Amino acid sequence: MDSIEQRVKKIVAEQLGVNESEIKIESSFVDDLGADSLDTVELVMALEEEFECEIPDEEAEKITTVQQAVNYINAHLKKA
Amino acid sequence: MIYARIVGTGSHLPGDPVSNSDLASRGIETSDEWIADRTGIRFRHFAAKGIGSSDLALEASRQAIASAGIDSATVDLIIVATSTPDVIFPSTAALLQDKLGIRNGGAAFDVQAVCTGFVYALATAEKFIRSGSHRCALVVGAEVFSRILDWKDRGTCVLFGDGAGAVILAASDLSGGVLSSALHADGSHNNILSVPGQVSSGRVTGSPFLQMDGQAVFKFAVRVLGDVAVEAAELAGIGIADIDWVIPHQANIRILQATARRVGIPMEKVIVTVDKHGNTSAASVPLALDLAARDGRIRPGHKVLLEGVGGGFTWGAVLVEF
Repeated sequence: MDSIEQRVKKIVAEQLGVNESEIKIESSFVDDLGADSLDTVELVMALEEEFECEIPDEEAEKITTVQQAVNYINAHLKKA
Repeated sequence: MIYARIVGTGSHLPGDPVSNSDLASRGIETSDEWIADRTGIRFRHFAAKGIGSSDLALEASRQAIASAGIDSATVDLIIVATSTPDVIFPSTAALLQDKLGIRNGGAAFDVQAVCTGFVYALATAEKFIRSGSHRCALVVGAEVFSRILDWKDRGTCVLFGDGAGAVILAASDLSGGVLSSALHADGSHNNILSVPGQVSSGRVTGSPFLQMDGQAVFKFAVRVLGDVAVEAAELAGIGIADIDWVIPHQANIRILQATARRVGIPMEKVIVTVDKHGNTSAASVPLALDLAARDGRIRPGHKVLLEGVGGGFTWGAVLVEF
């Protein structure tokens, strides 16, 4: 099974229409990957679906990079 | 068995189209690129001073009555969906009945579910028709949202337009027509999209302008539009792939695209008017329906999913076979 980082990168690539190889762990969705405010909302929705969790709006606002998304999911992922 | 079938459609857009650049030249700090990228909107229409929702509804209703080929005197139920009524009362539906010259004593009332209004009104009319209490309903969505926009709020004032759309929903022995409907509301989200003012003791208290938390609305809309599409199809016992056309409330092209992607509906099946009409609230679905019926995309036998989402929050869908 892919690592959380790989799964996050895959979703970011799909949602933002960028090549997976361009996405680094420190990439900022808005500054580096060209996302606008609605892209980031869709991205959060896609992450919620993939990892079967709910990310509250006030938490979602703080997720601006791949690293922050991975950190959030690691901290909140339902233990299997 | 009585079926409720859509037998006529009509619509009306007031005045000339107003482009994004036109808005910028009116002093709103915005650009065609900003609006088009985030919303897909390029044009909208605004009603002239003194023109109300009932006037736009009248034009759309006349077209719907003509396209149904019925005598207006047979219309025994009028439901108007609007959040921008002409006056506090009487209802816009009663004013419309008068303007149409209908004097048969049929029922007339307004429905208030903001951008879901037309879907609520159509689902309501269907229940009147199927119960046998009424035979011929005129169902209208009509709005003059330009009257409740804060022109200093560039995040919202560029999104909306005025217009009206109407259908005739008639009792029929022929199977088909409305196959299923689903209406929902979650009032706990009332604050993310509202015009919170009111008239009291001769003055307006609170803001009389539309306010919106765009990101929260976006997220909510995409989720519920997807869910209710699946629900309406299941209620009708058909698959998503059996739907010929989807007519979602036209708020934002990005909402339409995200919803279609989630549900697995190709964009080729989605009727899009948001680029030319902007968000006309309760009028957007019947406006788009009339356009697609007149240009030949919707043909007899087609299954069309009408979907709305709006302030309240409210959402719903009606699946109709033509």
